[in-house]
Amino acid sequence: MKASNTRWRDRLEGDIPDGLANEIYIFETEIALRKQGKIDEKVFAETRLRRGVYGQRYDNGQRHDGLRKRKLAYPAEGLLKGPDTLWDAPGMQRIKIPFGGMNSRQLEVMAELAEEYSEGIAHVTTRQDFQLHFVHIDDTPSLMRRLAAVGITTREACGNSVRNVTACPLSGVCHDETFDVTPYAKGLAQFLLGHPDAQDFGRKVKIAFSGCAHNACGLTAMHDMGGIAVVREINGQQKRGFRFYVGGGLGAVPYQAKLFDEFLPEEELLPISQAISRVFGRLGEKRNRARARIKFLVNKLGIEEFKRLVLEEREKLTPDPAWTSFLSDLHATDETPLRLPAPLEAPRPEGFNAWYATNVYAQKQPGYVVVTVTLPLGDITADQLRGLADIARRFVRDTIRTTVEQNMVLRWVSEGDVGAVYDALKTIGLAQPGAGTIVDVTACPGTDTCKLGIASSRGLAGELRTRLAEKSVRLDATIRNLRIKISGCFNSCGQHHVADIGFYGVSRHVGGYTVPHFQVILGGQWTENAGAYGLAVGAVPSKRIPEVVDRVTSRYLTERAGTESFQDFIKRIGKQSVKEMFDDLAQVPSYETDASFYSDWSDPREFTTGDMGTGECAGEVVTQVEFALAAAEREAFEAQVLLDRHEAQTAGERATAAMLRAAQALVRIRVPEIGNESARIVTEFRAHFYDTQLFFDPFGGGRFAQYLFLAFEHAQAPFTPESAHHRIEEAQLFIEASYACYARMQTAAAPAAGG
Amino acid sequence: MELQHLCVKRHVRHPDHIDLGNFLTIFNEWIQEEVGEELLIDVADYRHVPDGPGVVLVGHEATYSMDGADGRLGLLYSRKTVCDGSAEDRATAAMHSVLAAGNRLCKHPRLSGKLEFDDTDFLIIVNDRLLAPNTENTFENLADTLRPVLGAFFADFSLSRAWTDPRKRLAARVAAPGGLKTVSGG
Repeated sequence: MKASNTRWRDRLEGDIPDGLANEIYIFETEIALRKQGKIDEKVFAETRLRRGVYGQRYDNGQRHDGLRKRKLAYPAEGLLKGPDTLWDAPGMQRIKIPFGGMNSRQLEVMAELAEEYSEGIAHVTTRQDFQLHFVHIDDTPSLMRRLAAVGITTREACGNSVRNVTACPLSGVCHDETFDVTPYAKGLAQFLLGHPDAQDFGRKVKIAFSGCAHNACGLTAMHDMGGIAVVREINGQQKRGFRFYVGGGLGAVPYQAKLFDEFLPEEELLPISQAISRVFGRLGEKRNRARARIKFLVNKLGIEEFKRLVLEEREKLTPDPAWTSFLSDLHATDETPLRLPAPLEAPRPEGFNAWYATNVYAQKQPGYVVVTVTLPLGDITADQLRGLADIARRFVRDTIRTTVEQNMVLRWVSEGDVGAVYDALKTIGLAQPGAGTIVDVTACPGTDTCKLGIASSRGLAGELRTRLAEKSVRLDATIRNLRIKISGCFNSCGQHHVADIGFYGVSRHVGGYTVPHFQVILGGQWTENAGAYGLAVGAVPSKRIPEVVDRVTSRYLTERAGTESFQDFIKRIGKQSVKEMFDDLAQVPSYETDASFYSDWSDPREFTTGDMGTGECAGEVVTQVEFALAAAEREAFEAQVLLDRHEAQTAGERATAAMLRAAQALVRIRVPEIGNESARIVTEFRAHFYDTQLFFDPFGGGRFAQYLFLAFEHAQAPFTPESAHHRIEEAQLFIEASYACYARMQTAAAPAAGG
Repeated sequence: MELQHLCVKRHVRHPDHIDLGNFLTIFNEWIQEEVGEELLIDVADYRHVPDGPGVVLVGHEATYSMDGADGRLGLLYSRKTVCDGSAEDRATAAMHSVLAAGNRLCKHPRLSGKLEFDDTDFLIIVNDRLLAPNTENTFENLADTLRPVLGAFFADFSLSRAWTDPRKRLAARVAAPGGLKTVSGG
């Protein structure tokens, strides 16, 4: 889409680490191949998802405009970027920010990307990622290069992979933490990124770290893997480790994580995570996505058996220096102050006190505070990003973190500078008070952009935020400190299960119309690392949700027993009593009486669920074999390009490499530890696929396998343009035969249909 | 310098008179009515963001938004896809698009008598830093391209570099005390 897309590669050459540059180049080639129809749309969908390139609502080319379903006539009409996903339809780019840590230059690049490729807004997610919406897929390689040049990757931000590793944003400065978990979150994120043992999952894996057990922090109880920092004395030495959990997760049916180990020593963090990945990859569900998260495997096997299998797998692992290398420099992620500590200065500007009360946290280091920058619904403009970059340079040592509450935090602010920071934030429209309070509503994208959204979570969040902000100063502190979280559907991206007051989008049919509703969830627990999930008490029309908030908070205020928590209050009065409180609100007036109930917040169209699509959260289940075969195809394509450039020798070598990669893909089915040595690949291929005739084509017999054997035998022979051309042809035929062989194996392995 | 992806902002005269919520309805109507020749896709609501893009009509070729950047409300036309023709042709097309859209908005019953544009002050942005970095030189090039184009729209105007921060996009502020020659494109 952008005229400059072809130029960024040259412009940033040398600025991007080789691994990342190659990764983006591969994706760019895959885009070209997909446009030529040389990569299957399903394989392409998973490969783009693993680069964070996600679908968005209406990308099937259909949108209900309130009157009728309308076709969106994109120019590249027949070209798909995934099943039922049109090439030209705008998509979402997710950008991984491990532990939420960023610097000023990265903020500035995010601003550039938001302006040039999106609509001028960057969005912080509930897992410390950034997202840009309405991005064209043709722009994504340039976007990725610009991120890579400042040390950010989008790799494995979506798809069936290890997603962003999150951590408490107060790590290193928190009073309650046992130790700073930042280097561990970073170490594990780097270790598992692209790791071969983390590529064959049936669904995503989410990992979180927390410095302490009792506060919200990392929300470890709702993650596939979660580590809480603990220290144990062993042989008179203080030893660091983690209280390690597995199998937590939200979704339609939330699961609390199970305790895997009371004390997982720090040096075992990476190998055990690797072993868990292998067990999950091997035994996790692949066909039924709804049951494919680790939580279902742990539930099925039981935590003891799961643990036994993981420990057994751990014993089989070949030692890897990377397991412990990061431990030698645990202070690499330390942040230090830019300015000397000083007392808070007077006079204080107007509005400062209210903001200070909710947005400033005193660090464990005397004289320093954490300032929370409240982002409404997680959104921030390009100008604000640049402004924040300036503030981070001026007041702290150039660092900032995103939070799972869709805000950002400046750490190590000298208390003496807080007034100036407030003024600077006010200048860029980011000095809104209420961080972590009832005003600071969290919401997933919902029907704004998500294909799975049922109701407008952001529309409702915006409405509640406006109403609550108006009266926040008058609210009792008991109410002010409650949290509201909203998801557009039952999949829980808005984390409604762990809010005091949670909502998720549903719909109801009334008098021939569809009416947006929200299911009300009360009494979830944010603290104790998301220690308890809330209670569903019934669905209420979307337009009456503000009244739900008013009623439940008023009742809590008047009927609260002493210092009773909201969770205890909800438990005490009981589900029936809570439900009765909303019974009248659940009624929907007829369309003729009040048509406003039949459209959603921020969306004047008559409500419909007809725009829902197939979600891509689950990714496409594409096996390692399919990925490797697609990579082999890409190499064969590259060989052709090289030959066109008259580079016959390199072209011939690349074609040979493509054949070996395809052979390796098949061999790995029989010999999982095959490795990359050419001779062994050929030997094992002969033993398992040629001698057994498994590779034999019904018509061509073993002819295509002979191409591989001859290529290997003559690997040292120089290539002429003619011989290189032959090798490329043979490689393509061999890869096709490999696909056919794999398809036959899949068919043979599939259970018989019918019955 | 290749001049692509131009954005033009037409500022609103009395922003306090405007309820941005109206644009959710109006932009959705434009989608229903398939207004114009561009593919209109969806409406995005960013009213909660201070000085943000407000309400956005997302299109394939271009996006229209009631934008509040720099604390000034205005109708912003942002070209997304590559445009054929000369640089002058592209700038002319962008001006026509923003004027036509603005005039259509002014005629809408929800806004009639409330929405008024300040046609003495426009902002033209080049939304591609690689093609057009924000320097004094590129601004001179941009101004040279824009002068003959803008001469068709304004009897009298001057151009200045909108901002010198190199992190921001190259942009020209058009000051035209006499306003538009004629209401074009409407």
